[in-house]
Amino acid sequence: MSSDYLFLVLGMGLVSFLPRWVPLFFLSRRKLPALLEEWLDLIPVAILSALLVPYLITSGTPRVLDFMRPELLVAFPTLMVALWTRSLGITLVAGMGMFWLLGKTGWF
Amino acid sequence: MQLFYDLKKSFRGAGFYGMAFFMKKEGIWQGMRAIWPICVGYFPLGLAFGVLAEKAGLSGLHIFFMSFLVFAGSGQFIAVSMLDAGASALAVILTTFMVNLRHLLMSSSLAVWYRGESRSRLSLLACFIVDETFAVNTSRLKAGAWSLTSAISASFFAYAAWVGSTVLGGIFGRFIAPSAFGIDYALIAMFICLLVFQLNGLLYVLTGLAAALAGTLAALFIPGNAFIVVGAVTGATVGLFLKRLALASGRKVRES
Repeated sequence: MSSDYLFLVLGMGLVSFLPRWVPLFFLSRRKLPALLEEWLDLIPVAILSALLVPYLITSGTPRVLDFMRPELLVAFPTLMVALWTRSLGITLVAGMGMFWLLGKTGWF
Repeated sequence: MQLFYDLKKSFRGAGFYGMAFFMKKEGIWQGMRAIWPICVGYFPLGLAFGVLAEKAGLSGLHIFFMSFLVFAGSGQFIAVSMLDAGASALAVILTTFMVNLRHLLMSSSLAVWYRGESRSRLSLLACFIVDETFAVNTSRLKAGAWSLTSAISASFFAYAAWVGSTVLGGIFGRFIAPSAFGIDYALIAMFICLLVFQLNGLLYVLTGLAAALAGTLAALFIPGNAFIVVGAVTGATVGLFLKRLALASGRKVRES
């Protein structure tokens, strides 16, 4: 393996590690202001929504709104399964199965 | 039955350290049980990455080192496509930094839960923070007791699945169709369920809606994946504002 590649992955590793490590290492020793703590409490739901919804309703580069994606169509029954079972495993299998079946119909 | 009593006695006999070891083992097991769907979801993604990396000229060993040191799904996909296009190492490193900057938010959020824990163990957990491990750990933390051991264990198994599947993809990926049995929908299905776990009341639903709206607008107008951070920060800020507004108006009602 070339030293160029090693430099590349070490650099990538370092810049990936620092944002993960600095807050956990330093913030875990102090009491954060209540307002910041309440804000951080809302971060998980905000990240997941900001990750998932744009992926489901946009497509192409540059991205445009697209409500006809099979991923979006399958997302609704998958959401129902998740709400009903609250099980990661069952939701995974159900979502995969429905997406696979939809592909079999040849509609998309 | 006799065996049970013998076991019980031997646990007591082993004393504090034996019990601590037993609980640690329990934590590792809990972590595995919580993370297996993520590992399943990583396999098609990791295989797909391996195939792409192999096409960009990386060997199995190259792929191993990248996954081992970086552990970032979207970051690695972008890096490999940049390498394929002949980008410089510095450009790839800078892009990786931008793409993975969102982990800053996740690390800060986890720090609130694990205040005062051992710093070396927190550093270990930090190595494995990605969208999926963060979401699983947070949903467990909110549901009740979720030890640092369980969190490290869960995160580590996801990491191992990622490293393993990307290397396998680099070596054997050419022979596997990534769309078989709908496995390319695995991560989306998981994110849907992880989002459901987070919706613990009206405030969280409204925050999610604000983040989805802001994220979508950002995705339409900003290229790349900055929309995740823009959407998350906007959504959480709107949510906090709504919460404070509701508290303030509630106080006013009580006072009048």
